[in-house]
Amino acid sequence: MTELKKTPPVLKLEDVAVAYKVRGGEIEAVQNVSFEINRGETHGIVGESGCGKSTVAWAVLNFLGANGYVKRGSIKFQGQELVGVTGEELRRLRGDQIAMVYQDPMQALNPSMRLGDQMSEVLTVHRGMEQKEAEKRCIEMLERVYMPDAANVMKRYPHQISGGQQQRVVIAMALLNNPALLIMDEPTTALDVTVEAAVLDLIAELRRDFDTAIMYITHNLGVVARVSTRVGVMYAGEMVERATVEQIYKNPYHPYTQGLIRCVPKLGADKAKSVLYPIRGRVPPPDNRPVGCVYGPRCDYIQERCREERPRLRQMPNGAIVRCHFAEEIDASQWTPSEDIMPPSVEVKDVVSDPIISVKGLKKYYEVQGSSLRDVIGLGEKRYVKAVENASFEIFKGKTLGVVGESGCGKSTLIKTIIGLEDSTSGEAKFLGFDITDDISKRDESLIQELQMVFQNPDSTMNPSYTVGQQIGRPMQRFKTTPKDEIRGEVVKLLDAMRLGENYYDRLPRQLSGGEKQRVGIARALASHPDLVLCDEPVSALDVSVQAAILNLLLEVQQKFDTTLIFIAHDLSVVRFFSDHVAVMYLGQIMEIGPAEAIYTPPYHPYSEALLSAVPIPDPTAVQKHIRLKGNVPSAINPPSGCRFHTRCPRRELLPDGGKVCELEIPPWRDAAEGHRIFCHLPLETLRTFDPVITQPTEGS
Amino acid sequence: MAVKTITQPTSRPSRLQKIWKSMSIIFESRVATVGMSMVLFWVILAFISLFWTPHDPNASDFIQNQGPSIQNWLGTDHLGRDLLSRLMQGTQVILLKTRLPGDAGISIPGGVAIWGVIGSLTLGSVLGLNAGYRGGWWDQIIMQVLDALIAFPRIVLYLVVIAALGQGDLVVILAITITGAPGVARLARSLAMDIKTRDYIRAAETRGENVWYIMFREILPNARGPLLVDGMLRVGYAIFAIGTLGFLGIGLPPPDPDWGNMVNEARRNIFSNQLAVMWPALAIASLVIGLNLFADGLREEMTRYQK
Repeated sequence: MTELKKTPPVLKLEDVAVAYKVRGGEIEAVQNVSFEINRGETHGIVGESGCGKSTVAWAVLNFLGANGYVKRGSIKFQGQELVGVTGEELRRLRGDQIAMVYQDPMQALNPSMRLGDQMSEVLTVHRGMEQKEAEKRCIEMLERVYMPDAANVMKRYPHQISGGQQQRVVIAMALLNNPALLIMDEPTTALDVTVEAAVLDLIAELRRDFDTAIMYITHNLGVVARVSTRVGVMYAGEMVERATVEQIYKNPYHPYTQGLIRCVPKLGADKAKSVLYPIRGRVPPPDNRPVGCVYGPRCDYIQERCREERPRLRQMPNGAIVRCHFAEEIDASQWTPSEDIMPPSVEVKDVVSDPIISVKGLKKYYEVQGSSLRDVIGLGEKRYVKAVENASFEIFKGKTLGVVGESGCGKSTLIKTIIGLEDSTSGEAKFLGFDITDDISKRDESLIQELQMVFQNPDSTMNPSYTVGQQIGRPMQRFKTTPKDEIRGEVVKLLDAMRLGENYYDRLPRQLSGGEKQRVGIARALASHPDLVLCDEPVSALDVSVQAAILNLLLEVQQKFDTTLIFIAHDLSVVRFFSDHVAVMYLGQIMEIGPAEAIYTPPYHPYSEALLSAVPIPDPTAVQKHIRLKGNVPSAINPPSGCRFHTRCPRRELLPDGGKVCELEIPPWRDAAEGHRIFCHLPLETLRTFDPVITQPTEGS
Repeated sequence: MAVKTITQPTSRPSRLQKIWKSMSIIFESRVATVGMSMVLFWVILAFISLFWTPHDPNASDFIQNQGPSIQNWLGTDHLGRDLLSRLMQGTQVILLKTRLPGDAGISIPGGVAIWGVIGSLTLGSVLGLNAGYRGGWWDQIIMQVLDALIAFPRIVLYLVVIAALGQGDLVVILAITITGAPGVARLARSLAMDIKTRDYIRAAETRGENVWYIMFREILPNARGPLLVDGMLRVGYAIFAIGTLGFLGIGLPPPDPDWGNMVNEARRNIFSNQLAVMWPALAIASLVIGLNLFADGLREEMTRYQK
């Protein structure tokens, strides 16, 4: 670090430690963090939850709350010390020199103020600008972030624009004063993948144009690969590796970085040909970190020295900075998984029997109550949210159907209808030959038992008042699948299958981590030996290392019990990895359905193509087609006529007359191959001419 | 203690430890500790009074309207009865025993205030859970009826119940139950509406569980904390209500002394003997304030850290 620079870095952290005072002492949430960000650089910070990423960001802004403070080290902003700055000076820095963008735009914007007033306040307060002039600048800035109809948006309230637009407003607001440093804390995590792609494009473009230094915090390895120039990997409050983005992905030194990269499925990888390796154990809580290397307990290369001495940051020959005693000696390509994380071997079985579930033209409409007087007394015209429209598919025993689509596309409604939490409006649905169009109260107990569900949120999947054993045992007791005195034994068997062990039997949910709760949720769903398990985003709330373990577990369960799964996720790489068949939904309509490998290669439905080109890929060298959808998802109350996707379709110009037919007629199902159907007016010949969305550069480039 | 009778935890391993653990939260909060000591003071006094009082509370053994002396620590009332003894005995009907009607003089454990609150918690929870979990028409009808009940002034409701059923411990319990239930129901409803959105309720529904099972086995255990704190506050209100009724002369029947009634009787001699009014009034106030502090402190501590 003796190298002299002409201008000081925009932000320079040296040996920073942040502590929070809590009941009975204090906790050092962040220790020994050092990094610097230069002008025009995007510095990514990645790591699992609870590793102190956000705490670092808050420390820079001195926004640690009443009980947090910077305990050691220095934070220099443009050469000026920030630690200890308070009052007026701090207020002047925040929002003027340093701006921040948060995860949830709805919470960053004041819901009771017009957007224009909120934005211009930044200028009138910090720059002392006149209201008129400030408004003019705001409109310019909104146009700069590609906000359609900017002047009009100024007069609206936050709830009147969509989530993606809200985030644009927040970004525009952050840029108004042309700050030297922009801190972004998971700015796209709450957004859909197509919106996320557009926001990421915007961030990259703004960095070039404004020459701002950006500190970008995220847990998503794909996002960080797309936006950053340098990446810092954080683990348990320490920065364990820092390098350029290419080096991090191509040649990671630290075992944790290597582990993280092995956890995420590559887009296009499937379960038969590739495996995921979770990282064993979990992030230690800040008050209980090991004495030596913080990663030691989870590391495959641990040695005596790692247990005793905490490693220092060291510079490697290629410029990367690593906190590991043995970084040079570790060769990631020679790595072999240890026993306990060995993933199951997956054999793809051939279909032998009839489909276990077959759905034909299933519809689910919700009636919406209007607000006019006529509606209240029941005379108004009835309006419906068409949540699921004409869904048709079949699943064979032991197979997995993945369902993907953006939020609000009806994937959750579809499985709620199948499991009977909602009754269907019309259509046919047969499960093992029995009709399942009614809701659960009209179903036979033996049928209920065969359909079970795994939920998304690990924190609410278990009842906090009952022990693990009681909750897994309840389905057995209820369906009388196991005699009363054998329930305990059976539950322990299931716990073993979930790799949890008998000592979990008497634990309460609050004593479990997120991943463990999810395992119990899976065990509970399997307790009645169901034939079909519906998984509603079972891994999307989990950290990547845990996500890999849960996916492996589900695969293992499926092999063992020959369970059929419907798997919902918004992560396309996970769905590709996990599923045999995939259905792509848009606005309640299945747009494309077929074998997983067929969905991810041409011919594509234009919507699938757009989705795929929006997915952030954890590989900075991969080349991805650039397709961005315009506008927002239309309301499901009045879905567009004809093809529901026509308002945003980037491919309709390929049809004669600019795709007039898409607006007028419902598209036909086109059979691209055995079981692969595309719901589009474009003829198959045209669809086949599309290039693959992702191309890997050839070796050696 | 008041809380215990309601909580009796659903048995699970290491019960003692669990009770101790939930008790230790009380000492985290200074407010709750102060409140609890005030309540404990009266509870202990009540237990002592079961076996011993300085004098016979109902015997006119002394000179009337005396100030404090060595013999009568708190003085005597207008009939020459020992005030301390009457004050001590007065805790029994509130906290420790309920006299059943009839000449046999049988009483059951648990005071009028306690049973009244148990009654309103039970009735209120059943109604609130049904309204909150089922929603729709159930919610509409239950809540409209309860809102109508809330619209009545409380005292009027008491008077109506007592006028219709006559005096007696059980009638007072019923009056407290009916006036308390709407408030509990509102709380239970809002808790149920929150909890029913959780995934574990979906899981129960996909198992095809009975609605009553979902309401009482899945939702209620998780609504227990706030309901108990509310119950504790309500014990305070109930004591207050008993005092009010006693003051109006329609509260707990004689022979046992009743604080409200003591205030009422002593009121006539307020110019010659102020202390006879003061003591029972202070007793009511300190017990109610103690319960309030206890409940407030507990609520604060419970919502602060969810470890």
